[in-house]
Amino acid sequence: MILQLEKRPQASPLLSVLSPLLALLLTAAAGLIMFAILGKAPFSALYTYFIEPLTDPWMREQILVKATPLILIAVGLSICFRSSNWNIGAEGQYLMGGLFGAMLPVYFYELQSSLLLPAMLLMGMLGGALYAFVPAILKARFNTNEILSSLMLVYVAQQLVDWVVRGPWRDPGGFGFPGTRSFNESATLPKLWQYGDAHWGAVLAIVSALIMWFVLSKTLQGFKVTVIGTSPRAGRFAGFSAGRLTVVAFLVSGALAGLAGIGEVAGSVGKLDDKLSLGYGFSAIIVAFLGRLNPLGIVAAGLVLALSYIGGEAAQISLGISDRATRVFQGLLLFFVLACDTLIHYKISLTGLRQQKSQGAAG
Amino acid sequence: MSDTAVKKSEGEGGLPLLETRSITKMFGGFKANDAVDFAIRAGEIHALLGENGAGKSTLVKMIFGSLQPSAGQIAWRGKPVEIRSPSEARALGIGMVFQHFSLFEALSVAENIALSFEDKLSRRTVAENARKLSQDYGLPLDPDAIVGDLSVGERQRVEIIRCLMQDPQLIILDEPTSVLTPQEADTLFETLIRLRDEGRAILYISHRLEEVQRLCSAATIMRRGVVVDACDPRKETAASLASKMVGADIDSVERTKALKFGGAALELKNLSAQSTSPFGISLKDISLTVLAGEVVGIAGIAGNGQAELFAALSGEEPQTHASSIVFFGEPVGRLSISSRRQRGVGFVPEERHGHAAVSALRLSQNLLLSRHASDSDQFLSAGVVASDALATTTARICEAMDVRKSGDDPVAASLSGGNLQKFIMGREIDRDPKILIVNQPTWGVDAGAAAAIRQALIDLAASGSAVVAISQDLDEIFEIADSIAVMADGRLSNARPASDMTRETIGLMMSGQFEAAA
Repeated sequence: MILQLEKRPQASPLLSVLSPLLALLLTAAAGLIMFAILGKAPFSALYTYFIEPLTDPWMREQILVKATPLILIAVGLSICFRSSNWNIGAEGQYLMGGLFGAMLPVYFYELQSSLLLPAMLLMGMLGGALYAFVPAILKARFNTNEILSSLMLVYVAQQLVDWVVRGPWRDPGGFGFPGTRSFNESATLPKLWQYGDAHWGAVLAIVSALIMWFVLSKTLQGFKVTVIGTSPRAGRFAGFSAGRLTVVAFLVSGALAGLAGIGEVAGSVGKLDDKLSLGYGFSAIIVAFLGRLNPLGIVAAGLVLALSYIGGEAAQISLGISDRATRVFQGLLLFFVLACDTLIHYKISLTGLRQQKSQGAAG
Repeated sequence: MSDTAVKKSEGEGGLPLLETRSITKMFGGFKANDAVDFAIRAGEIHALLGENGAGKSTLVKMIFGSLQPSAGQIAWRGKPVEIRSPSEARALGIGMVFQHFSLFEALSVAENIALSFEDKLSRRTVAENARKLSQDYGLPLDPDAIVGDLSVGERQRVEIIRCLMQDPQLIILDEPTSVLTPQEADTLFETLIRLRDEGRAILYISHRLEEVQRLCSAATIMRRGVVVDACDPRKETAASLASKMVGADIDSVERTKALKFGGAALELKNLSAQSTSPFGISLKDISLTVLAGEVVGIAGIAGNGQAELFAALSGEEPQTHASSIVFFGEPVGRLSISSRRQRGVGFVPEERHGHAAVSALRLSQNLLLSRHASDSDQFLSAGVVASDALATTTARICEAMDVRKSGDDPVAASLSGGNLQKFIMGREIDRDPKILIVNQPTWGVDAGAAAAIRQALIDLAASGSAVVAISQDLDEIFEIADSIAVMADGRLSNARPASDMTRETIGLMMSGQFEAAA
């Protein structure tokens, strides 16, 4: 038997639109099976995961908090992935953003200024962009595989952050725990409302998604991304430089991941510590694809993925399901998103080899 | 020989070797083949004629098992058969030589042939068989040669021998001469006649009516998915065959009387360029002058440096010496394609999909593709795309070039080859380029569209622009060019007035003998 993927003459437009929803349904179905195997009541577990968080105002706010970095990073990834630049190292760029942004409040911890916060955000973007520049220039100049170089730099960034919060930047009054001093008020992102956790990073995420949507769909720069992403040769004929676009895409993506990083540091935590790396940079890859690489779709997808995080925490507490189940969910989701997209454009056909042989002999 | 003689009489007297009975193929709601009846007998060379999109490929693919009919029947020696895959077709005795070769350039001839067999044969057996066949049929070929080193004609021989190894009774050839010099084509014809005399049937797909008349004793003509006529091409004229294919009399291209040419528009001075890919061709010391108002045709078999020359002229591969390419006295060799376009030069590459146009993008977006730099004041404001201006210009181009399409602004992939080529050509002509450089202007385009495109090139030159048309179609070159130069192995002959050139001299020059032909 030979398993073959055959290109469909025409992809169904309806299914193309419904594909992310279909993937969500399939993920839920697979989740039911997983819970059943784990010996939990499948439907109530699924309810705890995906419905309960939506009924509770506190959890709804947590979803927004979680979605903020996911959306910021995924919006940046959309320009990379659309131009066929496979930036897998957003996690590293996110960490370097946090590190660079934290530099100011760490070294000038007594400084109070209204300019401090904007400067921190800019530093964060700079840190992420610089870190993304490394795989970009390696690819543009030496044709290095950006998947490997960007991914490996993640581990370098993790070690670096780990070292500064235990070593040079450790809070002298922190009883030896890893982490910097807590930032003063002028170095923290203000909350959206009193007594809440949601901070202005969420607004930055929405604004960046809107800007990216405009750039990608209405400007020559966005056109360049589409052309080079689908057909490099036509891109060259148009006079667009693929190398330059690689650098631009990585810089933008790195800057947004860096902004997400300093947003977490200055918004949610209020200091740089060793718990900054939570895998947002990797989950954002799922968000980007679930959002069909469309910045507006990414906002919705970011909320969905954030829901799975919060639901996972709830399920951990109330049902005793391991938090690894959340990772399994995210993996399933990415798998089904990609599978649905593939099967919309291709169909699977089975060719019986034995049948063919006997036919051949008969003829 | 006696045994082939038996086969022959069997074929001529009795049943057709292969027959399709009201065979229909639907793609969605579109009938690519509509109740096609077709029959081919042993010992005949049968032409399948039709414009692009007439349904020839679909029919052949069903015969060769790569497509399944939606309705109707295929009969082999009178018995209904189902051909579910190319390997089933081969097992029946049907072989095919493709227009675009499917060979691995880094492997040897024998290795390439061995790869196509499902049963494992030792490479030595394959090499011996191949050598024997190549001697028997007068197709000289070294089984140990690496395919990447072979000429296009030799590669075709590899395909033919690979096909003959299976001892097929029906051989399908798809546009076999499109890549050959006239001399190479003659050799091929001798081989085909020999195969026919052995009692094999040959299905011959070609655009070239002259060849069909010379070679074929039967022809089936298709148009829009149906068989419109079956005739003996020897009893027809080329013009009558062509009008059956198109369904109307084709406008012949009108040459305006040669005006006085202007000054030098484009000059190439000792242009040399090392090939960037291992199987590419290096350009060697190319010099050429094209005057304003002149059409220069560059003849030659594909793969002799035309793609590289086009890339050098367009600026997709900028050169090291600025002075090797000169536009109106200005050295431009090191400029990018956008800068060259801003100097009033237009380019049309050979490949439509993925080079001249992005298939998945709309026509208006494909307009922006080549004109965002030269017409930025029109199509861009502060970096934002002006879609209204694009839509207006797209409509104007489609109107001027008679581009047939569904909807106002469909994606490029939905247009037929001829209509997309008309759009791509119109996209450049619309801006009145002072120099237009075209590679294979009507490659794979139906006769009606080809005539329109050639006319547009001639009109453009008549309005005072310089036109360079790189083409492997000699008829086309003679139809449009004022002077002709020939490319062979990365070198370019001197350009000479078209009136001084004959097919034979060009044929000689195509094989690199510039001096002998002079």
